Amino acid sequence: MSRIREAFEGKKAFIPFITCGDPDLDTTKEIVRQMEKNGADLIELGIPFSDPTAEGPVIQEANIRALKNKITTDDVFQMVRELRNDVKVPLVFMTYANVVFTYGIEKFASTCAEVGIDGIILPDVPYEEKAEFDDVCKKYNVDFISMIAPTSENRIDMIAKEARGFIYVVSSLGVTGERSNINTEIGTLIDRIRKVTDVPCAIGFGISTPEQAKAMAEISDGAIVGSTIVRMIAKYQKDAPEEVGNFVKEVKAAYNK
Amino acid sequence: MEAINGRFGIHGGQYIPETLMNAVNELEEAYNHYKNDPEFNRELTELLNDYGNRPSRLYYAKKMSEDLGGAKIYLKREDLNHTGAHKVNNVLGQALLAKKMGKTRLIAETGAGQHGVATATAAALMGMECVIFMGKEDTERQALNVYRMRLLGAEVVPVTSGTATLKDAVSEAMREWTNRIDDTHYCLGSVMGPHPFPTIVRDFQAVISKEIKEQMLEKEGRLPDAVIACVGGGSNAIGSFYNFIEDEGVELIGCEAAGRGIDTFETAATVNTGSVGIFHGMKSYFCQDEYGQIAPVYSISAGLDYPGVGPEHAHLHDIGRAKYVPITDDEAVNAFEYLSRTEGIIPAIESSHAIAYAMKLAPQLDSDKIIVVTVSGRGDKDCAAIARYRGEDIHE
Repeated sequence: MSRIREAFEGKKAFIPFITCGDPDLDTTKEIVRQMEKNGADLIELGIPFSDPTAEGPVIQEANIRALKNKITTDDVFQMVRELRNDVKVPLVFMTYANVVFTYGIEKFASTCAEVGIDGIILPDVPYEEKAEFDDVCKKYNVDFISMIAPTSENRIDMIAKEARGFIYVVSSLGVTGERSNINTEIGTLIDRIRKVTDVPCAIGFGISTPEQAKAMAEISDGAIVGSTIVRMIAKYQKDAPEEVGNFVKEVKAAYNK
Repeated sequence: MEAINGRFGIHGGQYIPETLMNAVNELEEAYNHYKNDPEFNRELTELLNDYGNRPSRLYYAKKMSEDLGGAKIYLKREDLNHTGAHKVNNVLGQALLAKKMGKTRLIAETGAGQHGVATATAAALMGMECVIFMGKEDTERQALNVYRMRLLGAEVVPVTSGTATLKDAVSEAMREWTNRIDDTHYCLGSVMGPHPFPTIVRDFQAVISKEIKEQMLEKEGRLPDAVIACVGGGSNAIGSFYNFIEDEGVELIGCEAAGRGIDTFETAATVNTGSVGIFHGMKSYFCQDEYGQIAPVYSISAGLDYPGVGPEHAHLHDIGRAKYVPITDDEAVNAFEYLSRTEGIIPAIESSHAIAYAMKLAPQLDSDKIIVVTVSGRGDKDCAAIARYRGEDIHE
């Protein structure tokens, strides 16, 4: 069983997201350690991209801050290499097609395998374009994560059948960012996916509070929180690891209530 | 050439969020239906002719030709279209298509403001809601067009993310589309973005080369030796080239904005300085660094200030069917002034890039050669900026 699948084994997963290099890579490393310590089941690491078209303003700004720090893809790989000395939690990259394509898909996937990255999420690579990336990822046992959206409708079966690792279920229309209300039809979407595959489903986009995360995890297999955590990092900077760690602890406590 | 599975050679594709996939699939289906629908085509032709002022004239620039002392130069006068640029050809087509699809709201990006004005115009005409995304820097460079769009009833959203120029306006329009798909059509302004946009926009702009061909055969009894057009995303260029692609005797030349020069970082000459990448829904050439971060491009022309190029152009470059030449700000401004004085035609600063190359090429050719230059838009919008470039403190 892949490390990603293990993250969902016998429990609801909590998946926090952070942008690497915001405010700096040392802080990123410390945040990852704190998230693992406080019970994160899988961690999404964003490799910064200049034009993150699927992101709302909070994560866009984190990308810009990281790039101002001259963070490169190689720096991020090196950071993961160092983290893997002690960090065991499954790690997936979240970035954009051009970051992987320009690095060289083969070189990117093989480096992921070498440093200990378990999967890749590329929000601008839909089912129709995934072979170019997925075929190479398979070679290196890196899971290419599929996304399903509320607008997927007739596409759900096709996507779910080929999904690996977990399925990233987009909660609502639009880009990433906190929302006060999340579409309640998400449960129907999850049910439709479950008819096709037993690959776990984690819901993301718009989830900000521990209560929302718990509610989403209850109707699926896990919840993903990004913007709220990224906002905390922007606020607390080098003191962010402790704050983020506490937030992860709160979410896990809400899960277990 | 036709896109196969949404690709032109290795370029094109549909690199967009899953949320948008059904929207582009529906668009493709609707387009494939209506493009062969006689009623749709009758309506569109009537709009283009009676409202858009087509066909546009093919004008023999006698004074310019004689002054340069070489090839005969014809100007394809897209500047005489309603709204003052070629953009209206595409917009009328897409707005009509959107209306047939039951959409009630148009959103669009704009650089110089010409596509925004054209979209706002079509929305006003067809009674649709309209929101235009424009880089904040461009809203300042092109303040008059911002007023024009608002006058036409559109909401203009200044985009402050990234470099606050055209690429960021595209990103923001895409974000808005993922947010609201049901009633909204994204009226993309160039031959770029995910399939089927490069094909749809190309087809709606191909009227330019269809007319050039007919008009040239009527006036000269033969095809031109070269067709020259400016390239940002590349819609007026592909429109000018399309019906000549099979005519191998016709040289196709796209003029890219070199800004302060292709040996500087202040350039937007994508084919000349870029590399293959994936961005804004397509695989094509982009100005980017070794890690795939999109470069902050520069050109005096807001309409050419884009770090990518349409996938069909990328392919025409790869197979050597078209060539892409860089034109600097200085050369474009000289051409802007030259055409104004020589022919009494003030071209858009974008189109001035094509004029500038014609000024270099014509004197090298014999007088029995014929070149066609597409004047994609009129230059009234640029007067204040060019005056400032020349050191005169004029504001709109």
